Parts: sequence; C-alpha cells; structure tokens
Amino acid sequence: MDNSIYLDEARDPLIIAEGWMKDGKDVAIATVVETWGSAPRPVGSHLVIDAEGNFHGSVSGGCVEGAVVSEAIDVIDSGKARMLEFGVADETAWQVGLSCGGCIKVYVERLG
Amino acid sequence: MDPHALKTLNAERRARRAAILVTDLGDGRDRIVREGDQVAGELGQAVAKAFRSGSSGSVEAEGRTFFLNAHLPQPRLVVIGAVHISQALAPMAKIAGYPLEIVDPRTAFATPDRFPDVELHAEWPEDVLKRQPLDSYTALAAVTHDPKIDDFALKAALDANCFYVGALGSRKTHAKRVERLLALGASADQIARIHAPIGLDIGAASPAEIAVAVLAQTIHAFRSRGLEAKGAAA
Repeated sequence: MDNSIYLDEARDPLIIAEGWMKDGKDVAIATVVETWGSAPRPVGSHLVIDAEGNFHGSVSGGCVEGAVVSEAIDVIDSGKARMLEFGVADETAWQVGLSCGGCIKVYVERLG
Repeated sequence: MDPHALKTLNAERRARRAAILVTDLGDGRDRIVREGDQVAGELGQAVAKAFRSGSSGSVEAEGRTFFLNAHLPQPRLVVIGAVHISQALAPMAKIAGYPLEIVDPRTAFATPDRFPDVELHAEWPEDVLKRQPLDSYTALAAVTHDPKIDDFALKAALDANCFYVGALGSRKTHAKRVERLLALGASADQIARIHAPIGLDIGAASPAEIAVAVLAQTIHAFRSRGLEAKGAAA
C-alpha cells in the first residue's frame, strides 16, 4: 500500500515527464484508460517514455511495457495518439503476456 | 498531452490539491479541472463524481468520449492526543488507507513504546502545524480533553478547511469549547463543522470502539465532500 502523503518526486512518472520536457526531450505518455478482469494496474496509471526508449512508471506491472514502449516511440515520431488493447482475447497481446488473464486499454500520446 | 496541462497538474499535485485531467479521446485535446471549477452538463456530473470517488474512467458526454484521470491527494488523519483512543485508531486508520500522525506535547504520552510504527510528534500542535500545515485533504481529531493542546489545532483545522474536524468531549465540554473558539475568532459557521461529541453514533463505549466511530466518521466525511453544501442549497 503506497499511502505517502507527498509525491515521490524521484519515481512519479508525471513529474519525471515534466523534467524530461524541461531537458528538451521528446516524451510520450501512456495511460491505462480501461481494464477488464484482473488487471495489475488501475485505470489512470502511467508509463512515460522518451525517444530513446527510457521509461518510468507502469501500465501492467511489467507484462506489456515492452510493447507500449515501442509503440510510444512511433507516437513520438508521428505525433498521432494511439489506443492500444492488450488481453487474452488478442493473440499478439497474449504473446506479450497479460498472463493474469485481464485486459487493458492503454492510450499513448505525445507530450506537446 | 498539452505541456501546460502537465505543468499545472503537477503543481496541483505537489500542493496537495485535487485536479482532474480531462482528455477528449477523439481528438486528444485535454484540460485541467480543479475542484470547485464549474463544468456544465453530463461532463460536469462525471467530473463531480470523479472528485468524490477519486476513480478515473471514461465517460460519454455531449456525443464524445472523455477520459477523466482523477488526481486526489492522499487523505491523511492528524490526531491531537497520544491517548488510549489514538492507540487503537493508529493501526485501524492505516489499514483503511488513511495515514495517521499523532501530535501531543506531553512526552509521557507520546512515546514510541506506546505507538510503534506511528508518525509521532512529541511537540505542541503550534510547532508541528507550522512545519506541516493542514489542508482540505487532512482530517483532524482532537482527543486530549485539554484546551491548551486541542484549541489551537481545532482553530487551525477550521481555517485550513480540513475535510473532517472532530473533538472529543461531552456536549457540556463542547459548549465551553465553542465559547473559547469564538473568542479565538472562529465563526459560528466554522464551529458548526466540528463533530462533537466525536464519532458516528454507534454507541461506542471502549476506546477501541470510539476509534472505530471516529474512523467511520472520517471516511464518511471524505466520501461526501462537497455534498453538504449542495444539500444546504437545495
């Protein structure tokens, strides 16, 4: 249970994204917008990604982050937001592995 | 995401103020809504609900799909008084998701032995609250029975618009307290916000039962934030 009353500046994805932006980096923000079944991270969770593929935060507790990061790099290039879906119903998504049996929808957008 | 929206959102979060990032999933445009901002229509209703529940999610409104990401500060509970009730309240509040701090200048009461794993300040509320100010996502329960310790903290909680303010003591004790708080400059409206006698009326008898009543009242106050005002206006 993470009940800290103050933001964890060193680990908070949105704070990190703001810092990257100030450093002049290109940044994408991925957000869990929907979950079904037993999804590991709640709706609203973030993964932030820079153009080199560095990332902080999580959208699934490690299951699909790799796939989200590579999509995010495309989003940074194109500037066009994408909606990604991962879950057991989707063969490819199963390969990247939400082994918990849940499904998640992740919105990936470029910062700025 | 709009860089300005991100900066604003982070500033609000650092200041322990609630904010919702509203994103139109159709065109990607977003904006920040602060608590108390007026938002019309179906979207406004969804925003109000998200502020109360703290839950994020998608909503259909005005023929569009919006994602509401609710960022609520972590609610916390400050207890004035390292007494028997607080000993029971500390682990309960932690389990319920309300981190708790105890303030009591009486060093014989505020000992780590009596309060293992609790953030404990053996200092006057005046000093602690100067360092860590109260805010509208903080609940304050004053349970020392000692005006010298409780009164300042109660006045500070009312001025900071704490979402819950409770004070231990009988109706008679509270009547005297009201006079003292008026003398300290509190308004009648402010004083009416104090829950006294403290705790939901569940017939609590033991210190542990009173702790349950206080925690339940705190949760109720948190989950009905903003509803009292509407009820009064209706």
